[in-house]
Amino acid sequence: MENQEENQIESFDSAAGESVGQAEEPVNPPEPGTPESAGERRGFIKFLCAFIGTLISAVPFGAGVWSYFDPLAKRNKGGGDGFVMVTTLDAIPADGSPAKFSVVADKVDAWNRFSNVSIGAVYLRLVDGVPKALHTVCPHLGCFVDYRPGNKDFFCPCHNSNFKLDGSLAVGVSPRRMDPLDIQIRNKTEVWVKFQNFQPGHSDRVPV
Amino acid sequence: MMKSLLDWIDHRTGIRQLTKSALFENIPGGSRWRYVWGSTLTFTIFVQFVTGVFLWMGYSASSGDAWESVNYIQNEMIGGWLLRGIHHWTAQFMPVLLLLHLMQVVIDGAYKAPREVNYWFGVLLLLLVLALSLTGYLLPWDQKGFWATKVATNLINLVPFIGPEMQKLVIGGTEYGHHTLTRFFALHAGVLPGMLVLLIVGHIYLFRRHGITPAEPVAKRDAYFWPDQVFKDTVACLAVMVAVLGFVLWVHGAHLGSPADPSEPFSAARPDWYFLFLFQFLKLPFFGEGNEVWGAIYIPGMAVGLICLMPFIGRWKLGHVFNIGIIFVFLGGAGALTYLAKQEDVAGPNSARYLKAVLDDARDGLRVTALAMARGIESTALSLLKDDPKTQGARLFAQHCASCHRYGGHDGLAVELAKAGTLDELGNRTGLTSRFFSGDAVHPDWLARKSGTQDEWQTVRSLLQAKAEGPFDVIASAKPEEAPEAPDLKGFATRQWIRDLLDPDKFISPRYFGGTAHKDGDMYKKFLNRKVRKYDAAERKMLDAIAVALSAQAKLPSQAAVDQAGAALIRQGIKYLQDDIGCIDCHAFGEPDPDAVGPDLTGYGSRQWTIDFVKNPEHKKFYPENNDRMPAFGVKKILTDKEVGLIADWLRVDYFEPPAAGPGH
Repeated sequence: MENQEENQIESFDSAAGESVGQAEEPVNPPEPGTPESAGERRGFIKFLCAFIGTLISAVPFGAGVWSYFDPLAKRNKGGGDGFVMVTTLDAIPADGSPAKFSVVADKVDAWNRFSNVSIGAVYLRLVDGVPKALHTVCPHLGCFVDYRPGNKDFFCPCHNSNFKLDGSLAVGVSPRRMDPLDIQIRNKTEVWVKFQNFQPGHSDRVPV
Repeated sequence: MMKSLLDWIDHRTGIRQLTKSALFENIPGGSRWRYVWGSTLTFTIFVQFVTGVFLWMGYSASSGDAWESVNYIQNEMIGGWLLRGIHHWTAQFMPVLLLLHLMQVVIDGAYKAPREVNYWFGVLLLLLVLALSLTGYLLPWDQKGFWATKVATNLINLVPFIGPEMQKLVIGGTEYGHHTLTRFFALHAGVLPGMLVLLIVGHIYLFRRHGITPAEPVAKRDAYFWPDQVFKDTVACLAVMVAVLGFVLWVHGAHLGSPADPSEPFSAARPDWYFLFLFQFLKLPFFGEGNEVWGAIYIPGMAVGLICLMPFIGRWKLGHVFNIGIIFVFLGGAGALTYLAKQEDVAGPNSARYLKAVLDDARDGLRVTALAMARGIESTALSLLKDDPKTQGARLFAQHCASCHRYGGHDGLAVELAKAGTLDELGNRTGLTSRFFSGDAVHPDWLARKSGTQDEWQTVRSLLQAKAEGPFDVIASAKPEEAPEAPDLKGFATRQWIRDLLDPDKFISPRYFGGTAHKDGDMYKKFLNRKVRKYDAAERKMLDAIAVALSAQAKLPSQAAVDQAGAALIRQGIKYLQDDIGCIDCHAFGEPDPDAVGPDLTGYGSRQWTIDFVKNPEHKKFYPENNDRMPAFGVKKILTDKEVGLIADWLRVDYFEPPAAGPGH
């Protein structure tokens, strides 16, 4: 129900407009020229329209954006020291050339928790009988780096970065050397690697 | 600066003229609250688009991932519950707003020439929104959506000539699966919204072309759309949003049932509430025996046809009155059918099953959610549930064991309800109002007993009639049809359970062996009746130590702490068992005893012992001579090894329990 005052004001306002009829074409807005109190009231109504309209439109966006930022929320990645058994010493070429090994571990993928699936790969090679591990992913933009036996080097097929066998940059755009990974020998022959990914593109090595 | 920028834009887009014509639409008779419905609908559709796109970012449309991803959104994604809740509850309001909009249009005669085409656009939009509801209902892939949508798509089968082919196309094959979800999702998030946008643009264009139809009588002067009508529209939208948020906060998002399971019936599968009238309509006796197509397709089709014809019928003054009458007849009919559907569910002949199914589904849903959160989902949520002793052990017990055994006086599947403090409270919760609206309603066929006792459960109805005073324990469970004939296994192998077993009176009660041949066996006649009844205090203490020691054999997880603390007492009990009380005269303990006539007490109640017993009670370790009716579930292949294991784990309460209360809240 509208009160008497409102009726009067509306009548006053619309007096400048057309009478009852079809609005086939837009009409011009009525000139203000209203008493001060009525003008203030209409200003307040316009403000309320904008305010409430913005507020209620923001609700679905707010809920959406909030949940969209879910990946930034910290999640507990599970226990353990991060080391994964990759292979045994006997499987690494004795001649010092690198070989690629899959890293098989448990993996949480949103709602799934997979056990024993490939989560990445490492290059292992023996240096004076001691195994060294390099991440297989280029520190530039994350392409998979190939090993070229003929050239005895690592080569990123995306932007042509060239790495020496120890992982240092020979030629190319990569901001840092290939990422070395911590390695442990357990039970005499088991090769355990602390497998982790690093942010690409930076000269500093920052875990993801 | 600002002005010159606006001038620049306006010169290239004509934005000022557009805004002007949008805002300074003439409203004959001035702004009115009854014109707000179209705007609230536009707003709700906007909300659904926004929340829908964000939900899309977390949803996975495959039968192994749909429930899992929705559960993730609802229970693990930050703010996901809010997002999903807004989408769900806004959808619940849309049918109401559609109806109000339609009623306003018909009552005000806004469908009349030259607005017929716009009116038909509106009818199409109504059907589109209903189609969006129907397709969206399946996407969480829970029991409710799965079974209810199955019924809906099976109705397509009834379409003359091309029904079966159409059904296959809709569900993407002969069975529900990945392609049902991919197809429904593409419809829900792509095809239908696209059509909706086109139709809304047309609808609003035509609406602006013809202007608003003033509600008669026009008492006031004209006004512009801006700001008075806009203000009313905005306030109405705010009211809708506040109501939606109220529901969202009340239930913390939206309900998610247990994952769809084609092998598990769901007595509470119903379409969403605004389709209940059609659901009930089909139940009318007339539509049986080959007449379903009339109830499902022809008559609803004719009703929509009649609604579409209203602009022509309304040309005559009497026709307009007829139209309004028809709208109210439809509304009244649909309302009555909806009420009947709900009434039949909560108070009809099958209402106990319906209400129980709702509780079971909620319990299973919470259980899978808790398991998924704690362990992650290796394959599917359904398999997580199927491997869970807590829920599946109970199901198997009810099916295979409860014809003789009991579990706490019921069949193992009872859902524990909140206590009723008084008889009046029990009566109120049993009432129709409570069953309609309340989450802790009690069906009169369910069971109750005085709190804290081990009395036999009685139906709530009989308790109410007997006017016994409370407080009462209440469970959702029907009274088992057959009387108990074998021991009640709740608390199996716990200290108290064994203490009671060794009590002569309890031994021959129906709770233990009163219904079996063992009540006439040596255990009772020669030991409990002849000796234990005459025990002095010291001997009773020994017997109690034996109960403790025997219970420790079970290695129950629930007693791990007390067993460890009471190691000395347990050693003492074993000594009594072997040397003083003479249990090993009849039972083997520690080593096989070919002369034993009672069950082997080595590892009594342990997982392996329980599994072995269930698989073959006639094994020489147990009752080679005097097994009373218990089938050899393993030997006869009635149950698989996995199933026996689930029962054993469930009986021993040996399963994962989340540390805190339920998730989500």
